[in-house]
Amino acid sequence: MSAALITPATPEQLADAVRSAPRVVVVGAGTKPRLAQVADTFARISTAKLRGIVEYEPSEFTFTALAGTPLREIAAALADKGQYLPFEPMLAGAGATLGGTVAAGLSGPGRFRFGGLRDFILGVRFVDGEGRLLRLGGKVVKNAAGFDVPKFLVGGLGRFGGLAEITFKVFPRPTALRTLRIDAADDAAKLRILTAAGGARWELDALDTVVGQPAVLARIGGPPAALDALCAEILGRFPGRALADDAAAEVWRGATEFAWAPAAGALAKFALTPAQTPEFSAWVRSLPGGCGWIGAGGNVGYASAGAGANLSAAPWPGVTLRGHGPLWLGPQRTPAIAGAVKHALDPQGRFPALND
Amino acid sequence: MTASAPAPDVVRRLTALLPAGRVLADAAPLAAYESDGLTAFQAKPLAVAMPETQDEVVAIVRFCHAEKLPFVARGSGTSLSGGSLPFAGGIVIALNRLNKIVRLDPAQRIAVVEPGVINLAVTAAAQPHGLHYAPDPSSQSICTIGGNVAFNAGGAHCLKYGMTSNHVLGLKAVLATGEVVEFGGASREQIGPDWTGLFVGNEGLFGVALEITVQLLPRAEVFHTVLAGYRTLEEAGEAVSAVIASGLLPGAIEIMDALALEAASAAVHADYPPACEAVLIVELEGPREVVAVDRVRLDAILAASKPVEVRPARDAAERLAIWKGRKSAFSAVGRLSPDFIVQDGVVPRRRLGEALRKIAGWSRELGVRCANVFHAGDGNLHPLILYDGREAGALERAEEFAGKILRMCVEMGGSITGEHGVGMEKRDYLPDMFNAEELACLKRLRAAFDPHGIANPGKMFPAEGAPALAQHGLHPLEKAGVISRE
Repeated sequence: MSAALITPATPEQLADAVRSAPRVVVVGAGTKPRLAQVADTFARISTAKLRGIVEYEPSEFTFTALAGTPLREIAAALADKGQYLPFEPMLAGAGATLGGTVAAGLSGPGRFRFGGLRDFILGVRFVDGEGRLLRLGGKVVKNAAGFDVPKFLVGGLGRFGGLAEITFKVFPRPTALRTLRIDAADDAAKLRILTAAGGARWELDALDTVVGQPAVLARIGGPPAALDALCAEILGRFPGRALADDAAAEVWRGATEFAWAPAAGALAKFALTPAQTPEFSAWVRSLPGGCGWIGAGGNVGYASAGAGANLSAAPWPGVTLRGHGPLWLGPQRTPAIAGAVKHALDPQGRFPALND
Repeated sequence: MTASAPAPDVVRRLTALLPAGRVLADAAPLAAYESDGLTAFQAKPLAVAMPETQDEVVAIVRFCHAEKLPFVARGSGTSLSGGSLPFAGGIVIALNRLNKIVRLDPAQRIAVVEPGVINLAVTAAAQPHGLHYAPDPSSQSICTIGGNVAFNAGGAHCLKYGMTSNHVLGLKAVLATGEVVEFGGASREQIGPDWTGLFVGNEGLFGVALEITVQLLPRAEVFHTVLAGYRTLEEAGEAVSAVIASGLLPGAIEIMDALALEAASAAVHADYPPACEAVLIVELEGPREVVAVDRVRLDAILAASKPVEVRPARDAAERLAIWKGRKSAFSAVGRLSPDFIVQDGVVPRRRLGEALRKIAGWSRELGVRCANVFHAGDGNLHPLILYDGREAGALERAEEFAGKILRMCVEMGGSITGEHGVGMEKRDYLPDMFNAEELACLKRLRAAFDPHGIANPGKMFPAEGAPALAQHGLHPLEKAGVISRE
């Protein structure tokens, strides 16, 4: 039986909570359950009450929110001022929190244009393994003082510290978006489109493809008057069709919410290069119950599979988000220095180890 | 950092690690390495090693680790924060000969480069493929990618495109422990903790990058660059706020004040609107259809902002002229004065007007001239404090002025450095940004990568007995017009 859930409501209470037990794991809304699936000996600290936007200055292009703030709440506040997080955080609809998204290092289709979550995080307040509440990075859009610990915590799965508060850079939202479904007969054709469209003058906002579907999804943002001409040119070069706004919204919601992946199966993320996408697609199709989504112009692949599938045999580095398989998949390069860095931030191993 | 005296035969053994002629230990050639872009500081290294291969760099670092011998990696030595200042009695590892572009893959839009590759050389290699490397520090014609990585260099396009760290996908490095690591890779996505992100901006305190994978971006199809003159700095600042509030996302938003304008017009014969206390430069970029729509909005916003005059660049030559004036402003101002200090603080954008008023007030109060050229879009100030070191008390007044500006930036919720790094110059101000526990955390991280404290010791963290600033003249390369500052 695991210990009761601790629910701090302030950064200081989070620090107290971390100090309250010899081994702790901080959890958000649990939308990526495998990341916090650790032994029962860990006390679980939930950020459910550690929520709210602390500061939002639209004129600064920055906001600061407590780690447990649901992405939905943030997206709504930003949209109200015509702004957004360009990397399009994943699982907002499922209730994912800002802190969990940082710890998981997940970015959505929009990461294609301006970069991923790591490119928009500016600063953090976090609790280290000794229970110290530390603020590193900055609260302005540009800062070069001190080591970039905020970036390091992206994708660190909470193994080096518990996030209390995070500052992000935001951008003005494009006035309009259009989505094109470009025909692509096979994986080789998809790769040609990913490569050519990704480097073209159009400055696409997103460039994704669903494994097994004969199409590439391209999204472009900007003033409506410009988009008509741009879309016409793109479709002149790559046959396909424009999606109606609601159909497009449904497609992209499918991507950010993993609507294409069966809830019961395993779900994993892999870092790819565009050239690896045909092989990735073939591998996904070979898995029992395998399905997949390729995003960011071919730089990220998500795979889902039924019970019995061995995702760890993948030839690309990956991480399991859902299901009971190994946490880290494929070839992993953990530097020898990792132990010393873990020790610097969490000397007693209060948070789980990277391999826990 | 207290380094023990090196063993007497250390230079001989270091020399034996490399082919003949690649370790300098005589006083005359060493003199060229005593300083970097911040000429106020000078230190004599024991020797300068000039490796030509990654294996040689690894061998040198492992040697230094075994000997507990301090080393400083150096590219072109353009650091404005004294980041590549040698450690007295330590080794300088000059990386200029590791200057190969190992791979350029236009299809995946990445380049793999060695640390001694010049920033602009990456864009030059990418250009035939319609691509470019986005970070553009003003010294880009001479600064190296290795130095850019160590100090997370910025440039004029950071608001939209970010800094160096936003463009480095992966790297191979030799840590101060001698361990060779590979972080990240060719993918734009990462799995696991972002080691690459942690390494970029380490100021040389973790180790030496050997090979860097950067992303390349498609070059913007068209630009719309506008120069607008204003009677007051305040009005120029209000125009920036109006542009930001409009929802446009310009590639660059820059301001130059009267003193900077005067210097730039003298230096590069730039012609600015008359009777203006400030000039604003705004640049839109993107597909022609998008820029065509956005420029109408921008032009309307600027027309409503009470400018003295608005001058859109009508062609590529006029655009380049606008940027030439802007990028030469700093060295131009430097020529007005025997000595100067350049600052790099950041304030929240909405407080730019207030910050500039305070700076002007201190300038009057202390009788010290100050020119302002800055990245208005991201609140990154670059006050240039002019003084004459031969005049009694002038340096002290200039330093007092600089200190007031840095503390103001922190009090306003900003940063002591936007893009130059802490280095030597601002290390005593790091405690203004971070409390004792936060500093201790940063130091523990440093110790994890460098337990002996041999990698670029004395930088970033405040130290006892910091050498006093002596002078702040132009870098010799600036005098020659080869490099310029942000």
